[in-house]
Amino acid sequence: MTLQPAERAGSPGGPLAGADLGPAISLRGITKRFPGVVANDEIGLDFHAGEIHVLLGENGAGKSTLIGILAGMLQPDAGEIGVRGRTVRIASPRHSLDLGIGTVYQHVLLVPTLTVIENLMLGRPWWRPLERALALARFQELSEVLGVHIDPEVPVGRLSLGQQQQVEIMRALWRDERVLILDEPTSMLTPQGAADLVEVMKRLRDKGVAVIFITHKLREAYAAGDRISVLRLGRLVGALDKQALRSMSEAQVTDAVIRLMFGGGETDRGDAETLIGARRRPHHPAAAERTGEPVLKVRRLSTAAEAGETALHEINFDLWPGEVLGIAGVDGNGQKHLAEVLAGQRPAAAGAILLGGVDIAHDGVAERRRHGIRYITDERVGEGTVAPFSVATNLVLKEIGAPPLWQRGISLWDRIHDHAREQIRAHDIRTPSERTPLGKLSGGNIQKVLLARELTGKARIVIFNKPTHGLDLHHTRLARDRLLEGAREGLATIVISTELDELLEVADRIGVMFQGRLNGIVPNEENAERRIGMLMTGAVT
Amino acid sequence: MSSQFEAVPTAALPSRQVASGAMQIVWATVRVVLPILLALLVSAVALLILGKDPLVYYGYIVERGLFNPIGLQETIIRMAPLLLVAAGLIVAFRAGIWNLGTDGQFLLAAVVTAALAPALTGTLPRALTIIVCMVVAAGVGALWSLIPAILKARYGVNEIITSLMMTFLGTSFANVLVKIAFADPSTTVPQTRTLPVDERLPRLFGTTVHSGVLIAVVAILLVHFVMTRTAFGLKLQVVGANPRAAVHAGLDVGRLTVATFALSAGLAGLGGAVDILGVFGTVRADWNPAYGLLVVPLVFLARFNGIAVIGFTLFFAMLMIGAESASRRVGVPQSYVLVLVALVLLFLALVEYLGQKWPGRAPE
Repeated sequence: MTLQPAERAGSPGGPLAGADLGPAISLRGITKRFPGVVANDEIGLDFHAGEIHVLLGENGAGKSTLIGILAGMLQPDAGEIGVRGRTVRIASPRHSLDLGIGTVYQHVLLVPTLTVIENLMLGRPWWRPLERALALARFQELSEVLGVHIDPEVPVGRLSLGQQQQVEIMRALWRDERVLILDEPTSMLTPQGAADLVEVMKRLRDKGVAVIFITHKLREAYAAGDRISVLRLGRLVGALDKQALRSMSEAQVTDAVIRLMFGGGETDRGDAETLIGARRRPHHPAAAERTGEPVLKVRRLSTAAEAGETALHEINFDLWPGEVLGIAGVDGNGQKHLAEVLAGQRPAAAGAILLGGVDIAHDGVAERRRHGIRYITDERVGEGTVAPFSVATNLVLKEIGAPPLWQRGISLWDRIHDHAREQIRAHDIRTPSERTPLGKLSGGNIQKVLLARELTGKARIVIFNKPTHGLDLHHTRLARDRLLEGAREGLATIVISTELDELLEVADRIGVMFQGRLNGIVPNEENAERRIGMLMTGAVT
Repeated sequence: MSSQFEAVPTAALPSRQVASGAMQIVWATVRVVLPILLALLVSAVALLILGKDPLVYYGYIVERGLFNPIGLQETIIRMAPLLLVAAGLIVAFRAGIWNLGTDGQFLLAAVVTAALAPALTGTLPRALTIIVCMVVAAGVGALWSLIPAILKARYGVNEIITSLMMTFLGTSFANVLVKIAFADPSTTVPQTRTLPVDERLPRLFGTTVHSGVLIAVVAILLVHFVMTRTAFGLKLQVVGANPRAAVHAGLDVGRLTVATFALSAGLAGLGGAVDILGVFGTVRADWNPAYGLLVVPLVFLARFNGIAVIGFTLFFAMLMIGAESASRRVGVPQSYVLVLVALVLLFLALVEYLGQKWPGRAPE
C-alpha cells in the first residue's frame, strides 16, 4: 500500500507494461560461498515483469541460497543486484519487502490461531494502529487479483493447505505486487491444489508481476514457465527463453533440461530417470503373491488426537511379504500417527495390529523391533538420531544395553566402534570417522545411517516415512533402490510419502490418507494417479 | 541443554579440539587459568579502593586454605559435600534434567540424619548407625524430588520451577523439624541433639579429614563411570540430548526421568548425611549452606566431567576456607569471598563463551 497506483506494475496499461523499463530484478555475478562449497557461482539472471521464470535444479543446486539473497536473509560475497535498474544491497527481509519482493516459503509460516485478516495485518510497525477497514479493502483487491475466495474472518488453521498458501501469497504481495518468489510451493499440495496454484501464478503474470517459481518438478516447470533457468552445483548451466519454450513440445523441453542438468553424460542417466520418474518399476506380480497369509493385519486401528494433530480413525489394511504398500495423502492427514502406532511409539486407542495372527498393539518399540518391525522416520535429525552423538552411537541407538555390544550393562566401546566401521563400509556412509558427530553428516548420509540401523538384523516389516524427503537425486535413487531391494528379499514394506511420483514408482498398491482415515487402496495401475488425486481430496470412489 | 557430553570414548568434541593434542592442553589450561587471573585482578582493584592490600588478602587465602595443614584439612573436608552434590548434578544435567532442588534435598537429608543418628547410637554399633543414616538420607533426598519428577514425567511440567519451589518448601520444613519435632530439649538454642564425636565418621590417618571424603570421591568416580561406560548412562544421555529420539528408540522416558531425579537427589541427600556425620554432628535452626547453587556452575565448567569437577571443587573449597580467616586478619567483610567467587564464575563463563565463539566462525 506504500506504492502510488501509477507506479504499480499491475496497472491497467496492459500485461507487459513494465517490460520496457528493463528487468524487474537483474543479478550479475552473484557469488556466495559457504565453508567447503560455492553455493552460488557467478550467477547472472534477469527476472522480467509479466513473466513466470522457473528456476530448476536438484537439492543443493543453489536455488535456496539465491532465494535467501533476494529475500534479504543472506548477503552475497560478490556480485550486484539491480532492482528496476537501480543497484541495491538487500540488507534485511524488511528491506526486501520494501523493494517490492515478496517471498513464499515451502512451509506455511502463518499463525494458525489468528484469522486470515489478522495474519495479514501482522508485521506493521508497533506504534501504528491496526486499520481493519483498510486491510479488508486491500484483501478484497488481492482476492480479485488472485481470483480466490477466502473468508477473511476464519482462523488460518481451519483452511486447507492450498488456501493457507494463497494467504501466504497475499501476504507476500500485501505491500506491493511487483516480484513474487515461490519456493517449491507445490510440495505440500494435492494435484488439484498444484493446478490451482499454476492458475494463480498465471493471473499474477498477466497483471504484470514478475513471478519466480522454484521447483524440481519438470512437469510443473513446463506447465507454468515462460522461461526456465537451470542451476547445477551453484552455477547457471543454461536457460530456455520464451521463444524456445513456445516452439518445443513437453518431451523436447524435458530432454533439453535433462541435458542441462546432467551435462548429457551417461554416468548420471540414473539421476535423470529418477528426476522424470521414468524408472517406474516393472509391475510386481502382486496379485499372485497376495494369495497367501498376510504378515500384518490392521483392524479398526484408532489413536487419540493431540492438539494440532490428526488422529487415526478405524484404519484397516493387510500387508503381504514382499509387497510395497504406498501411503499417499496431503501432509498432516494422519500419516505420522500411522507410522508411529505401527512402530510402537504411540499407543493405540482402539483396534488391533495382528502380526502373524498375534495382536501386538500393546507392545513397545523394543518388543516390536525384536518381532522385526522397523521404522525409518521422516524426521531424521528431529527424532531419528541424536545429532551431537557419534555416528557409532547413532548406529546402535535402538540396541542400547543389548549383547554383544553391551555385557551386563557395561558399554563395550571397542566393539561398538568396530560394529560402526563395518556398517559404514557396508552401507557406504561417507563420514570422516565413526566418532564424528552425526550432525556433521549430509542429509543423504544421515539417511544411510538410519537405513543401516533399521535394515540390519531380522527385519520383517519396514515402515518408511518420506524416505527421500530433502535428499539430492543421487541419494534419492539410492534410498529407493534400497527400499525395493528389501521388498524383493521378502520384506513387507510400507512407504509413506507426499510425493505421488515416488509412490507410483515403487509401490504395488497405494492407500490414501484423508483426515485420519485410510480412504481407499488403489492398485498401482494406469489410472491410479487420477483415482488417488480424487481420494486425496476426500472424494470416495 | 544441547549436550555434547556423550560418553568419553566417542565424545563429540568440536573439531578445533581434535586438531592437535598440544593445542588441546594449552586451551584447557587457558580456559581455567585466565579467568582466575582476571578475577583476581578485578577483585584487587576493589580491595585497593577499600584501602586493603590485595596481595596480603590473597596470600592469607592460599596460605590458610592450602599450605597450612589445618586449613588444608578443612579444605579437603569441605570438598566432601560439594563433590556429592556435584555427582548428583552431573547425573541430572547429563540426562537433560535441571534438578535445581539439591539444596532442599541436601538440607532435609541432613536434618533427618542429625535426628536419627543420636537416636540410633545407643542401640546400634557405629558402622551400622552410619550406614543406616546414609541410606535413609539418600532416601529422604530422593523422596523430596518425587513431586518434581512425577510432574515432569507425567505432565511435562518444567522441573526448574518445581524443583526450586521444593527447595523453598524443603528449607522451611527443615527448620520446622529442627525447632519443633527434633529439637534437643537439653539446650535453649534450637538445634537437634548432637552426635558425639566418637560416633561420627572415622577419621583418616590421624588427621581431622573424615572418611566421608573417600565416599564422595568414590561416588563421583562411580557416577562418571556409569554415565560414560554403561548402557544406563547412555540411555540417560540420549534422553537428555534428544528426548524425541529416546521415544523413537523405545526408551521409557518417564521412568528414566524419575530414576534420574531419584539418583540425583539421593546423592545430594548423601552429601547432607556426610556433612552431619563427618563434621557438624547436629543441625542448628536456620542453617543452610546452599552448596547446590554454588556447585551448578562448577559442574558446567567441568563440562559434566566427573573427574574434572574434582579440581574445580578443590579450588572453590580452598577459597571458602581460606577467605574465612583471611577476611578476619585483613579486615575485609567475611562475605567478600563471594565477590571473588562471583568474579571467577563470570570470567570463567566469559572465556568459555569467547572460546566457543572465536574458532566457531569457520566451520558449520
